[in-house]
Amino acid sequence: MISRVPYFRAWADLTATRRKEAIAGYLFISPWLIGFLVFFIGPIIASFVLSFTQWNIVGTPEWIGFKNYVDIFTSDARFAKSVQVTLTYAVIYLPLEVICGIGLAALMNQKLRGIGVFRTLFYMPYVVPQVAAALVWVWMLNARYGVVNTVLGWASVTGPNWLGSPAYVLTSLTMIALWGVGGSSVIYLAGLQNIPEVFYEAATVDGANRVQKFLRITLPMLSPTIFFQVVLGLIGVFQTFTPAYIAAGATGGPLQSGLFYMLYLYNRGFETLRMGYASALAWILTIFILIVTVMVLRSSRYWVYYETDRSANR
Amino acid sequence: MTTLAKPYEEKRIRPGWQLTERQAKRIEKILGYATLVAVAMLFVLPLYWMLATALKTPEQTFALPPQWIPNPVEWQNFPEVFAEVPFGRFIVNSFILVALNVVGQVFAVSLVAYGFARLRFPGRSVLFLLMLATLMIPYHVTLVPRFILFSKLGWINTYLPLVIPAFMGSSFLIFLVRQYMMSIPYDLDEAAYIDGANWFDVFRHVILPLSRPALVLVVVFTFVEVWNDFLQPLIYLNDPNLFTVSLGLSFFQGTRETNWNLLMAGSLMVTIPPLLLFFFAQRQLIGGISIEGLKG
Repeated sequence: MISRVPYFRAWADLTATRRKEAIAGYLFISPWLIGFLVFFIGPIIASFVLSFTQWNIVGTPEWIGFKNYVDIFTSDARFAKSVQVTLTYAVIYLPLEVICGIGLAALMNQKLRGIGVFRTLFYMPYVVPQVAAALVWVWMLNARYGVVNTVLGWASVTGPNWLGSPAYVLTSLTMIALWGVGGSSVIYLAGLQNIPEVFYEAATVDGANRVQKFLRITLPMLSPTIFFQVVLGLIGVFQTFTPAYIAAGATGGPLQSGLFYMLYLYNRGFETLRMGYASALAWILTIFILIVTVMVLRSSRYWVYYETDRSANR
Repeated sequence: MTTLAKPYEEKRIRPGWQLTERQAKRIEKILGYATLVAVAMLFVLPLYWMLATALKTPEQTFALPPQWIPNPVEWQNFPEVFAEVPFGRFIVNSFILVALNVVGQVFAVSLVAYGFARLRFPGRSVLFLLMLATLMIPYHVTLVPRFILFSKLGWINTYLPLVIPAFMGSSFLIFLVRQYMMSIPYDLDEAAYIDGANWFDVFRHVILPLSRPALVLVVVFTFVEVWNDFLQPLIYLNDPNLFTVSLGLSFFQGTRETNWNLLMAGSLMVTIPPLLLFFFAQRQLIGGISIEGLKG
């Protein structure tokens, strides 16, 4: 039995040596502590207060109550557009990320000679700087000279004007993002390798086929990893900025079809210097992300299988 | 004992058309390799296309149908990039920023991780949980007020906003190194204390040397993150002389939209350093990622 140590013990209860140790402890963590207060808690509070003001960084902020929030929800067409773009992208990209991530991990998990080389190749795009990655894709997706449409041409398909037509901007950005799927595949791979081999052996004895093994063993055992990746992916989608900025353009591309939320926030905050308004946008996004994360967390008990749950129930 | 056959070793009677186990294994292997090669080609194509375009003349770049192999190879594109934009400057700038960030992170992360891993003080668990919570809060909440803070300090158009936060340590890296330090046996600390060492001695001479693999990870992560970062340099830097490679590349895109051979030559040069680092630190990196996978 591990006894539970109270997480907070009053200063007065400590012996002289323990006090010295505590002081040393605070000194050791002080860089982080200072950074936490100055670059995190401070800015978060400031941002909350600023979201109720109108301010373009010079002069003094003017208190306007809920006006920013009211304006955003009632009369801001670009806000609505950016929410629509980001959510549409999330719906297209996230399931594909999970499917391709697991598929690629399964490929990497094969016991074949030279598999390490393939793992390296699959992971490599993840290390390519986002700006360079977006640029090469802009070039490959060029309607006339791009290599993607050339390859499609071999199959007698006339490729669209990818980044030039509103209907295909999000598809293009999904392709760019999926190129880097090796990053999450490595995590799925770790998940796959944690599944005890005996489960599969037992299933073989019982005469299970591959599909059954995948559905009844792999998927449930992998569900905590999937859950973790979905939460991270969701937060990542809402933070998408660089690929959209480079590939769709700083203002969101044709008919603002690539106007991601962060791109819009950047335009409001740093191009037009509307600090109060941008703070309100940041808070709306944060609260939205928190709500969605909690919803995913709540739903997780219906589809995530934890080995430890059973032992806890005894 | 030996005469008892296990049930699953019983030979099943196969219809004539069914493959023997060996044949099936062989086909499976071939299929496995075929899929791997096909998928690998998809993943390598963009990098190959970046390289191929970087070695083409303007005529070859816009040839129809596209040329798969540049012929003749145009090495001139690389010096040309340096002539068109101060690309050498951008590279030096990025390396300066990377170096300062690496120093900052290694310094702060090792100290803070040691504090959390080894020393007991009131509120330790609460503070550690708070630190983990900051990982879940999206960075954009603090983007605007941080910008305001730095502009009020007069730090816009300097490297201070891109360097000073590194000396406070990244929560994620602190977490990573703290987990690593927790796995070092406490007996080692105790032996040092018996020899009269103080907390800092133990940190400096016992824990720090043993944490090297984790600190290598800190260096790699910091390098890649700083080198690849785009949003922060975009917000804080206006003077092209201060631009980093990522920012410089985007700036180059804005001015030379159609010179794809030059743009790809620039992109290639920006891609090579993190790629090289990845090859050298591959083992630590992928190991570290599986630690990352556990953080939820």
